[in-house]
Amino acid sequence: MKYTEDHEWLDDNDGIITVGITEHAATQLGDVVFVELPEVGRTVTKGEEIVVIESVKAASDILAPLDGEITEVNTALADTPGLVNEDAEAAWFFRMTTTTPEEMDTMMDEDGYRDFVE
Amino acid sequence: MSDLETLPLAALHAELGAKMVPFAGYSMPVQYPAGVMAEHLHVRARAGLFDVSHMGQVILRGPDAALALERLVPADVAGLAEGRQRYGMLTLPDGGVADDLMFANRGDHLLLVVNGAMKHLDMEILTAGLPKQSVTLLDDRALLALQGPSAEAVLEAMVPGAAAMRFMDLRGFDWQGADLWISRSGYTGEDGFEISVPIEQAEEFARAVLDHGDVMPIGLGARDSLRLEAGLPLYGQDVTAETSPMEAGLTWAIQKVRRAGADRAGGFPGADVILRQLDQGTDRRRTGLLPEGRAPMRMGVMLYDSPEATAPCGTVTSGGFGPTVGAPIAMGYVPAGVVAGTTLYGDVRGKRLPVTVTDLPFYKPRYRR
Repeated sequence: MKYTEDHEWLDDNDGIITVGITEHAATQLGDVVFVELPEVGRTVTKGEEIVVIESVKAASDILAPLDGEITEVNTALADTPGLVNEDAEAAWFFRMTTTTPEEMDTMMDEDGYRDFVE
Repeated sequence: MSDLETLPLAALHAELGAKMVPFAGYSMPVQYPAGVMAEHLHVRARAGLFDVSHMGQVILRGPDAALALERLVPADVAGLAEGRQRYGMLTLPDGGVADDLMFANRGDHLLLVVNGAMKHLDMEILTAGLPKQSVTLLDDRALLALQGPSAEAVLEAMVPGAAAMRFMDLRGFDWQGADLWISRSGYTGEDGFEISVPIEQAEEFARAVLDHGDVMPIGLGARDSLRLEAGLPLYGQDVTAETSPMEAGLTWAIQKVRRAGADRAGGFPGADVILRQLDQGTDRRRTGLLPEGRAPMRMGVMLYDSPEATAPCGTVTSGGFGPTVGAPIAMGYVPAGVVAGTTLYGDVRGKRLPVTVTDLPFYKPRYRR
């Protein structure tokens, strides 16, 4: 598992990367009430806003962690946004392939991320 | 952040794990560890304690104080019975609203409760408008709200007699030597009480209330979603200097005796505009709005009468998620002729999303009248 400074987790499974937000991020957001997911097949650029996530407090975005293409989205989140608060590590947002897999090597591991948020 | 004022109960909020945010010039609890959704639902199911000590508590004394206040507020102040409280507004010469407030007849004086963000401006308006009366902004009292279906039983156990009050009664009580001023009112749509308590005893009182198993501390986040569900406007968003009482749907707060042709008609700032509007209507009105999808429409979302329209016909002034409704809810201004049931389109991140014009409230208040 890898982590970004934008509080995303990335799980690489043979080149298909599953992306979600960390429990720390979910706690900061508060109760999530709305999730807007990207279209499957969309080509994305690292840093691009691709998910809208609204909590009882405010709207925020999830940024594409890498250059690549969206291969699958978790439609369960659109119907039940509260899943993000129940278990952020299980509530994935999208899966993607990337043209820059080497960038994952420079991302934080679990210990690094824990130090980052503390 | 150093210029923010701290609440008398700041230490208690920290101990309870509150997340603090700047609001109305104060560092205020926006939520506790339970979170906005759980806090909101707890108030609807049982009871919640809110620290609203940022609000201004003002004593108005002097000759004919009630009649004098009618020069600034288009409500029946002089006709209010002792021990009763009423909602009112400070109006502006152009017909806008300078602030909204509660006022109570305390026998030999009036007690006013005004919005925290507006209290210093309100004091200028009151002192300038009431030169023969004395107007004092209290700095030695906290204000707590206990709201929800369990509020009556919780308070009655601490302050015998509280349960006998009805909606908008205001009475003094003694609690362990503390002089409490309790009104049966609030801003959540639930039955409940607002309790003015001397600062020295405020923490002890709050702890005693929170000791009750039914009571949870509640932050500003849930206070906002509770009042929005109950259709209650927030000054600064839904009611402002640019909205008139008629546009804001607050004509019920202008009693008959202050209206055209009555004994004490007019005589308040903006009376010509406000009374004319009561007769002739306005171009826009405040209404409820139900977004059709799950996307919240927040303050500032522009409303259009079609997906293609280039000019907006209205604006969202408050919006978010209604935990009891289980869906996004909003209020805002639409053209006066747009009736309930009409579909408008809100511009959310560049998309025109359908929203239905709906009568307020979204949640029927459960006051004990």
